[in-house]
Amino acid sequence: GDIAFRFINYVRSVRERQLQQKLKHHQNLSWQEIAESYLEDKFKSLGDSQVVVCDINKEMLKVGKQKAQQLGYLEGLSWVLGNAEELPFDDDKFDVYTIAFGIRNVTRIDLALEEAYRVLKPGGRFLCLEFSHVSNPLLSRLYDLYSFQVIPVLGEVIAGDWKSYQYLVESIRRFPPQEEFKAMIEDAGFLKVDYQNLNLGIVAIHSGFKL
Amino acid sequence: GRARLSHTEPRARDGRGGEEEEEEEEGCYQLYPGHIPTSPLQKALLAAGSAFMALYDPYRHDMVAVLGETTGCLALPNLRDKMKHHPEGYRILQERPRIRLSTLDMARLRGLPDGSLGREYVRFLEDNKVSPDTRMPPKFVDDEELAYVIQRYREVHDLMHTLLGMPTNMLGEVVVKWFEAIQTGLPMCVLGAVFGPVHLSARKLQVLATELLPWAIRSGRNASCILNVYYEQRWEQPVESLREEIGIFPPP
Repeated sequence: GDIAFRFINYVRSVRERQLQQKLKHHQNLSWQEIAESYLEDKFKSLGDSQVVVCDINKEMLKVGKQKAQQLGYLEGLSWVLGNAEELPFDDDKFDVYTIAFGIRNVTRIDLALEEAYRVLKPGGRFLCLEFSHVSNPLLSRLYDLYSFQVIPVLGEVIAGDWKSYQYLVESIRRFPPQEEFKAMIEDAGFLKVDYQNLNLGIVAIHSGFKL
Repeated sequence: GRARLSHTEPRARDGRGGEEEEEEEEGCYQLYPGHIPTSPLQKALLAAGSAFMALYDPYRHDMVAVLGETTGCLALPNLRDKMKHHPEGYRILQERPRIRLSTLDMARLRGLPDGSLGREYVRFLEDNKVSPDTRMPPKFVDDEELAYVIQRYREVHDLMHTLLGMPTNMLGEVVVKWFEAIQTGLPMCVLGAVFGPVHLSARKLQVLATELLPWAIRSGRNASCILNVYYEQRWEQPVESLREEIGIFPPP
């Protein structure tokens, strides 16, 4: 959802700039023509860009929709209930597929990757933001200590829910490390697969292309 | 150290668990249903966090419960020993009775004469709209018998209200906490007794200080251990007679 908002913001800002460029180059247009083209672009501030937000949980989608309304994102967004292992979309539909802190919770990660490959257009890009592994020994120890000693306690004190946060830190440890996940993405058919560590590997962004 | 939920969870991939296991002593297995083993550091953090949260939001009863469990390491064995050395308390430890709606015959208790423990207990539950089933089961006590002791203490709390004649508003709860603090020595009760009045108005504070507290303290000191009473076998006993037997002075 949040990525959808950022994407929309980006598209709008790009189109704003394009519009400004266009107006600069059309100095000899009449005021009438300038006004018309400005209005036309205003109505389609996104052009043909669209974002589909998909989640397996209805409640999550509801929260997303509410947030979108609150922040004023009304056009270009659609919300679809679906399972990452079996997406309700046709083949070759999307230019970009992003998943943030979601793939860790999928039972069959390989299926989710295959589905991502299927629904992307040729030339499309797969992007995944997820918790990953810290190789630096000192940071790793501190991170483990914080994860296992502090996080479940915070979960209990703030949310009254120790077990969900215990599950969270355990599921992070169970997720494959950077290189292994890269190999899984390649197995699904993606090419030019690469990753970028954030915060020394606490989080990583993996990217791949369907070519 | 890593706290494992149950033996069915597979170990984390990186296998660093062995080394950390030796450094900190923690129970690796569930000692009773609902048990969450915790390291000393986690208990300390829980104690601090729950104390803060219980004060900040008094409706977080779960935080009061967690505070009791994480700070009761001295008081609970003490209470357990008091029970062991008393014939009625010993029987309670053996038989492990639970006060729950499913085990209580509410209709029968309601039918008992006015003034009897059973009748007054049911009246208390109905007047204050509370149920014995809302007591939190223990999670962080690392001894199965002590977990029962704290569970028993929680389930007997409503009977304390009945015996002391105190309602479940803030003032009533503070009075019961003072009584329980003296009776059990549980740090959670002491903290609740000392900080509970923070939420009271000036008028109520005055009533507390002048009438209720002196009586509660005197009764607490005079009374025998409240956990050594097999309440389930005394429903017919008049409340006044039970008060006298335990040593609780009549409420003001």
